[in-house]
Amino acid sequence: MMESIATVPRYELTPASHDGTSGDLLEISMGPQHPSTHGVFRMDVVLDGERVVKLKPVFGYLHRNHEKIGETTSYLGSMPYTDRLDYFCSLTNNWAYALTIEKLAGLEVPERAEYIRVITAELTRIQNHICLAGFLLQDMGASGTPLMYAFREREKVLDLFESLTGARMMCNYMRFGGCRCDLPPDWLEQARKFADEFPAFHEEFQALLETNEILLARTQGVGVLKPDLAINAGVTGPMLRACGVNYDIRKVDRYGIYNRFKFRVPLGDHGDVYDRYMVRMLEMKESLEILRQALRDIPDGPIVDPKAKLRGFRPKAGEAYGRIEAPKGELGFYVISDGSPNPYRYRVRPPSFINLTILEDMCLGCHIADVVIILGSIDIVLGEVDR
Amino acid sequence: MRQAARQAFSKHEATNLIDEGLRSELTKQGIFTTTLEDLYNWGRKNSLWPLGFGLACCAIEMIATSMARWDLARFGAEVFRPSPRQADLMIVAGTVTKKMAPQVVRLYNQMPEPKYVIAMGACAISGGPFKQGYNVLKGIDRYIPVDVHIPGCPPRPEALLHAFMTLQEKIDRQHLTGPDRPRHARADVAGEFPVPAFGEHDLVPTMNPEVWQPPQHAGRD
Amino acid sequence: MLEGTKSTNVESLEQIKNRIEAAIPGARLEIMPNGSASGQHSILVDNEHGLRIACFLRDDPQLRLDYASNVTGIDWPETVIKEKKKTRQLIEGVEREIEETVETRRPGYLEVVYHLYSMEFKHGPLILRLRTGDRAENVHLPSLTPVWRAAEFQEREIFDLFGIRFDSHPDLRRILMWDEFLDHPMRKDYVDPDDFEYEPTAHGAVLDRASQHRQTS
Repeated sequence: MMESIATVPRYELTPASHDGTSGDLLEISMGPQHPSTHGVFRMDVVLDGERVVKLKPVFGYLHRNHEKIGETTSYLGSMPYTDRLDYFCSLTNNWAYALTIEKLAGLEVPERAEYIRVITAELTRIQNHICLAGFLLQDMGASGTPLMYAFREREKVLDLFESLTGARMMCNYMRFGGCRCDLPPDWLEQARKFADEFPAFHEEFQALLETNEILLARTQGVGVLKPDLAINAGVTGPMLRACGVNYDIRKVDRYGIYNRFKFRVPLGDHGDVYDRYMVRMLEMKESLEILRQALRDIPDGPIVDPKAKLRGFRPKAGEAYGRIEAPKGELGFYVISDGSPNPYRYRVRPPSFINLTILEDMCLGCHIADVVIILGSIDIVLGEVDR
Repeated sequence: MRQAARQAFSKHEATNLIDEGLRSELTKQGIFTTTLEDLYNWGRKNSLWPLGFGLACCAIEMIATSMARWDLARFGAEVFRPSPRQADLMIVAGTVTKKMAPQVVRLYNQMPEPKYVIAMGACAISGGPFKQGYNVLKGIDRYIPVDVHIPGCPPRPEALLHAFMTLQEKIDRQHLTGPDRPRHARADVAGEFPVPAFGEHDLVPTMNPEVWQPPQHAGRD
Repeated sequence: MLEGTKSTNVESLEQIKNRIEAAIPGARLEIMPNGSASGQHSILVDNEHGLRIACFLRDDPQLRLDYASNVTGIDWPETVIKEKKKTRQLIEGVEREIEETVETRRPGYLEVVYHLYSMEFKHGPLILRLRTGDRAENVHLPSLTPVWRAAEFQEREIFDLFGIRFDSHPDLRRILMWDEFLDHPMRKDYVDPDDFEYEPTAHGAVLDRASQHRQTS
C-alpha cells in the first residue's frame, strides 16, 4: 500500500569508507550567512570525508508572517505584499493573486489587460532565468562575470518595468479584473526593441558557456532527480521539466490567453543540473516567442473589468485556489472569504518551498561542492520559502 | 569647503601648522602634505569591504549596485567578503527576523574594529511593511549601533551609493585622539554586544537598552 | 467536478464519492459546497480512513491523482451561528407564524485542506478536507506524507503554525519558528508579543498598544 517512493532514501556507509583512514562524521552548518545559499538558508550537512551523508535544510530566517498579514489586511492591501514573496518576479506573483481573486469573485479580464499580463510575465520569466544562470555560474566559481552580463540584461527589463509601473522591483501592478494603468505611449516600441536585441545576447551567453568544460564537468550527472520522485514530491517548474515530465501550467490550465500563443515546452532527459540549466536557457527562447506574438497582436481597449470594485471589495463567502506557471514553478494562492473586506484565510503555495523537499535526496552521496550547485539549480528565493 | 568643515569639527591645531599658500606651492612641486588623521581616514574610507550579507529583497538591489551599471567598485567596495573576520562594513539589507537576529549580532561581534553598519531598507530600520509580525524584529538598531539608515522599499541603487558616500564623510570626520574619538580607538568601550537568546514567545531580551531607547516623542498623541 | 483536458476522465464529485465509498467500506464522506464563483467544491473525509482514501485517490486508474499541490491549515474557532427560522406557535389561542432567531453553537476545530491534481491525466483539482476533533486536545490527524512526499514540509509548517499533530509523519518538528517557541502563531486567538515601544506613524490598534507603553514609562 505504501510505496517506497515517498520515503527518504538513506546513504549507506560502505566498508571502503571505513578503512581506518577516515574518522568520525563531520557535521557542519552551511548558512544562514553563506555566500552561496541564495539568501538566509541553512543546511545542516553531515559529511563522511567529502561525501554527504545527511542533509537537513533549516529555514524560517525570513519568515515575515505574510499569511497572517493577509488576514488582517484587505484584499487589495495584500497586493504589495505579494511583490515581496518572490522578489525577483513580482509581476507574476501579482498575477497569481489577481487570478485567484478573480476566480473567487467571478471577475473577467479585458483583452488588452490579458495581453499586458502575458507580456510582463514573459519579461519576468526571461530576467529570472538569466539571473539564475548568472548566480549558478557564480556558485560554480566564475566569480562575477556571467552575473555582470546577466544583470546588464536585467537592467533593460527593469527599465521597462519602471516606465510601466513606477518601480523597478516591487511593481504592485495587477488589479482584480485587470491592470493598474495603461501602457505609456512608446512602451511597446521599447519592448519590441528589447525583443529584437535579446536573441543576440542569448546567443553570446550560450556560446560562451555551453561548451565550457568546467560547466559540463560540474553539472552533468550531478543531482539527478527521477521523474516519479519529482511528481510525488510536488516538484514543479523547470526542475520538473528537466526530468522529462511534460507539465507546464500554461499548457495544462490555459489560464489567461495562453492558448492563443504557439510555443514549445522544453524537456530534459536526465534530470541533472545541466538539464535544468539548459531547460531554462531554452525556456527563455520560448518566452521570447510568446513575447513577440503578444507584442504583435495586442489590441486596444479597457484595461480593467468595469464590474470590479476597488473600494469596498467584498466577495461572496467561499474559497478559490488559483495557480500560474511562475518562473520558479507552480505559484498558487488559496483564499477563503467570509464576506468581509479581509480574507478569512490567505495561503500562498510557494514553488521554492515545495521544490526543497527533495534537496536531501538529490544531495546524498555527492561531494560537498556539489551541494552548492544543486541548491543553485533548484532556484530558490527565500522570500517565497519562508513567506 | 572641506577645509572649513575640518576646522569646524577639529579641535587640533596640527591642521593649521602649514598655511594654504605654502601647501599649494609644495603640491605643485610634487610634495603632498597632510595630517596622519586625514591619511588614515582617507585610506579607510576608500577601501571599505562589505560583508556579503543580504537577507531579502534589498539584497538584490545591493547586488545590482555592485554590478556594471551602478558600480560600487569605484568606491573601493568591490570585494564582498564572505567572512565577517575580513569585512569592515555590514550592510543589513532586508528584513531581520527574530530567528535571524542572534546571528546578525554574532556576525557583528565577529567583525574586527573599526566596523560600520548600514541599515538598508525600511525593514532593517524599523521592521518595514512587515512590522505587525510576530517574527519580525522591529529594526536592527535595537541590538547593534547603526551608522547610516537608508529608507526605501527597496531603496534604489543610487540611494545605496548616497549612503555609502555619507558613510565615507562620517569616517572622514572621525578623529584618532581626543575625547570624541570613535569606539575603535578607545580601550574602555567594548565592541561586542550581547547576543539575544530564543525565548518561549519572543527574543530575550527584546532590545539592548544601551544601544536603543524608544524615543519619547513617538506617535501621535 | 474535476476540470481537465481529457474529457473521458472528468467525473463529478458525487461519482468519485460513490466510488470511494464502494472501495473503502466504512468511510464517511461529505461534499462541502463552495459558495463563491470558483465552483471548487471539496470532499470532507473522516480521519480513520484518511490514509486509505488518499492511497485510493493516488492509485486509482481513472483518477491517478499523483500530485498534491497544496496543503493548507485553517483555524475555525468556536462560533455562534444565528439563523432566523419561521415557526408556528399558539399565541392567544390563534396559530401564528412568527420568526425567531435560533442560535447554534458550532464547536471549534482545525482543518487541513489538500489540493490534488493529476500530472498523468492533467486534470484537477480534487479538494480533500480533514478536520480535527477540537482545538485543544484532539488535534491529531493522519499524515499523508507516506502517500505524497510533497506534503512533508507543508505538514510540518501546519504543525508549527497551527498545532495540528500529524501521526506517522517522518520528521514532525518546527520548520519556520525556532524550536523553543511555544505558541502556534496562525491561530486566530494568538496574541503577538508586545514590542511596540516605538511607532512613528501609529494609528488604530497599533497606536493603542504603543500608547500603553508611553503611559506606563
